[in-house]
Amino acid sequence: MKRFALSLLAMLPASLLAAGQTIIIRNATVLTVTKGTFQGSVLIRDGKIVEAGEKVLVPDGARVIEAAGQYVMPGIIDCHSHIAADSINEGAVAVSSMVGIEDVINPDDPDIYRALAGGVTTANILHGSANPIGGKCQVMKMRWGKDAQGLIFEGAMPGIKFALGENPKRSGNAGGGFGGSPGLRYPATRMGVEDVIREAFNQARAYQKEWRDYQAKLDRHEQAIPPRRDLKLEPLVEVLEGKRYVHAHCYRADEILMLLRVADDYGFKIRTLQHVLEGYKVANEIAAHGAGASTFSDWWAYKAEAFDAIPYNAALLVRKGVLVSVNSDSAELMRHLNTEAAKAMKYGGLNETEALSLVTINPAKQLGIENRVGSIEPGKDADITIFDKHPLSNYAKVEKVFIDGELYFDRRKDLEERPGRELRKKALIDKQKALEKKDRKKPEATDDKKSEEPGGDR
Amino acid sequence: MKHVTPILLAAASLALAQAPGPIALRGARIVTVSGPVLEKGTVLLRNGLIEAVGEHVDLPKDAWVVDAQGVTVYPGLIDALSTVGLPETPAQPAAPRAEAPATARFGGNEPAMPLEQGPEFRPFTTTWVRAADLLNPADKRIEETRSAGFSSVVTFPATGIFAGEGAFLNLSGEKQGRMVVVSPAGQYVTLTTHGFGTYPGSLMGVIAYIRQVSFDADHYKLELQAYASHPAGQKRPNYDRAVEGLLESPRLLLPAEDAKQLDRMIRFAAELKRPAVLYGGHEAYKIADRVAKSGVPLLVSLKWPEKPKDGDPDQEESYRTLELRDRAPSSPAALEKAGAHFAFYSGGTAAKDVRKALKRAVDAGLTEAAAVRALTLSAAEIYGVADRVGSIEPGKIANLLVVKGSLFDEKAKIESIFIDGIKYEPVPESGPPPGERAGRGAPGGVE
Repeated sequence: MKRFALSLLAMLPASLLAAGQTIIIRNATVLTVTKGTFQGSVLIRDGKIVEAGEKVLVPDGARVIEAAGQYVMPGIIDCHSHIAADSINEGAVAVSSMVGIEDVINPDDPDIYRALAGGVTTANILHGSANPIGGKCQVMKMRWGKDAQGLIFEGAMPGIKFALGENPKRSGNAGGGFGGSPGLRYPATRMGVEDVIREAFNQARAYQKEWRDYQAKLDRHEQAIPPRRDLKLEPLVEVLEGKRYVHAHCYRADEILMLLRVADDYGFKIRTLQHVLEGYKVANEIAAHGAGASTFSDWWAYKAEAFDAIPYNAALLVRKGVLVSVNSDSAELMRHLNTEAAKAMKYGGLNETEALSLVTINPAKQLGIENRVGSIEPGKDADITIFDKHPLSNYAKVEKVFIDGELYFDRRKDLEERPGRELRKKALIDKQKALEKKDRKKPEATDDKKSEEPGGDR
Repeated sequence: MKHVTPILLAAASLALAQAPGPIALRGARIVTVSGPVLEKGTVLLRNGLIEAVGEHVDLPKDAWVVDAQGVTVYPGLIDALSTVGLPETPAQPAAPRAEAPATARFGGNEPAMPLEQGPEFRPFTTTWVRAADLLNPADKRIEETRSAGFSSVVTFPATGIFAGEGAFLNLSGEKQGRMVVVSPAGQYVTLTTHGFGTYPGSLMGVIAYIRQVSFDADHYKLELQAYASHPAGQKRPNYDRAVEGLLESPRLLLPAEDAKQLDRMIRFAAELKRPAVLYGGHEAYKIADRVAKSGVPLLVSLKWPEKPKDGDPDQEESYRTLELRDRAPSSPAALEKAGAHFAFYSGGTAAKDVRKALKRAVDAGLTEAAAVRALTLSAAEIYGVADRVGSIEPGKIANLLVVKGSLFDEKAKIESIFIDGIKYEPVPESGPPPGERAGRGAPGGVE
């Protein structure tokens, strides 16, 4: 029985520890983010955190993870990523809300595993920023080894990407399109970006009315066929009805205010402003609208609209009452979001908990999943990262990562398995080299015989 | 009763082709596929059909009896996805621009609705093009394919997102009309993109586009029905050839090469609520159970992944690439074990190399019986023509493959192919080396 279990583990590298087990992480420094920090234990059962405290009894049969000297924190949440998808930008149209990341999830992307190795357990995978209204986003858990459906954060609020400024208008300028596309595409200016968004919501309202009229006819028991389903306008109607979050890529203060005004005019909310590097200039307006801000720590000046950025952005926005997260937008930055968060202590003087919140509970709230993840509290998903040192130190390394109580990353195991993986790879290379050699020899050896056969090689 | 010895067979073939009186192959090993193998049986053909098969068959007086000892008779092989018989470059409409140029928006009376919303906007779509209407019986590949043991191919227009309607063909006859067993056999769909500047320019864009067209087709049907029931006083629906072509296609052929694509397309087919057949399947060994459980048939390409010939020799290949190349030929065995419904297609493998490719699947664990079935009856079942081809049964079309020995012995010679009861003999290779032809216009390539 034991051997069977072992071989099963070998087949499923993803789930090093199966769900449904009782696990206790002991003697660690527990950074709950929402309920303080203490020396103690976290008890996990059936994929959920059941208890966290200084004194937790070890239940019979529980698997004990000794974590003396180590630091336990909620799994890191990245509010802006583009990993694990087979396509990111649908760029030739100004409104591409008909497309969605859900259709192209790539569970084989090694960046998922690398994100795990950086302590990330959840990420919001967004469409690119080629168009004023982009495609639908997908919130995922980094359940490496599961299929596409297994990565989806079930029950997370749906989202959609908007984009303002240089990226969406670039396609409207000669020679400036993405990928060198020659054609001009409206819009070419920030004014045009606003027009495209307004026009799209005018259409969405008309479309919403079509369906309401249809429903009214049915209610009156009249004969009617349903309107044509429009996959472009459906998500925008969901935005109008508060059923889909808007995550809007933006840089400059003027365009941020523009979008907030448009949203107010059409009666919907911007859930998060992404990048929002000039957010500190209009923090009061952002707070008044209720939008969240998801920004970089200290990444700027890579284009004109990113020149006015300052590393104090996150802290200033926090102090004005905005819900702030720090994101990666990059498969590399994604692997050390803990130190990205720490920078807000140096620049702006956030305290430890405030800094950790930038990559845990705050992005969880921005994505509407704070009842499930983002802190260590009983009842929440057992999405937990264990660091060997304090996660706000740049010497900290990730030791273990749990998602839903399953162990998805174990640094020690990874290191142990490397030589074996190398050997398996070498064996495959040797096998294929041997086959190639055989194939090269074969035709000569049988040449004479084959030439006698009709239909043989020539 | 005329007796012909095998030696005379070749000389007689012309006569047989011209005078389709009853022909009996006697004393052969007969792999019926639908029933047990007959170690010593007789199959009787008349008027292009199989009249009888069994260990003891009463032969009519006028039957031309061929002593077929030492040969194995199989149903004619079926290439389940092909372009054989089609002109090289079928006409394709030019790609339309995704949206009107920026200036057009300021022209005054332009509709507010961008073009890509209208039913007129159907990029890379030729659902209505029918392979059966484009056949070229003089296509040289017909003879090559036949010489490799194939009596039938399922041929599709292969360019575009919705490329068009395929036809199940018998590789016989001089006339188009005689070749078609059934049309349309399905709609060939690809997930190809055409650059960032064109909609759809991404994989998710193509998927969204296919979804929209599928929904449009459902809505179109409703509109037409509603109009037909009360035309008076109703607005007449627009005719839409793009959805017409989709609606008359009995199934969608969707590309799915690796495990994640198989999973994705199985889900997509279920979502669209349209019968689907997947093609590609090289990583099916990873999720054979899932394929089986889905009930969605899978066409497996016999063009096994190879090391790129012009690749950089110093470039280290990923474990994943190496593993796929190693294990792809084990996919059919895994599918057989899982009980999945699958068939083979040549996928650009030169016709003469098909048996070699098949052998790799058998070496990787596929049973010979399942291998034969995947090249005959399973393909017929997938295309809904198992009532007329795919096995050796009375009443079915007389498509037979006669091999001197076993199909799985690479040295065993194909002696003849009967198609619609007409006997053909394999011809020696001619023309450019097969390597140069391989892959030309081959459908079923998966991105």
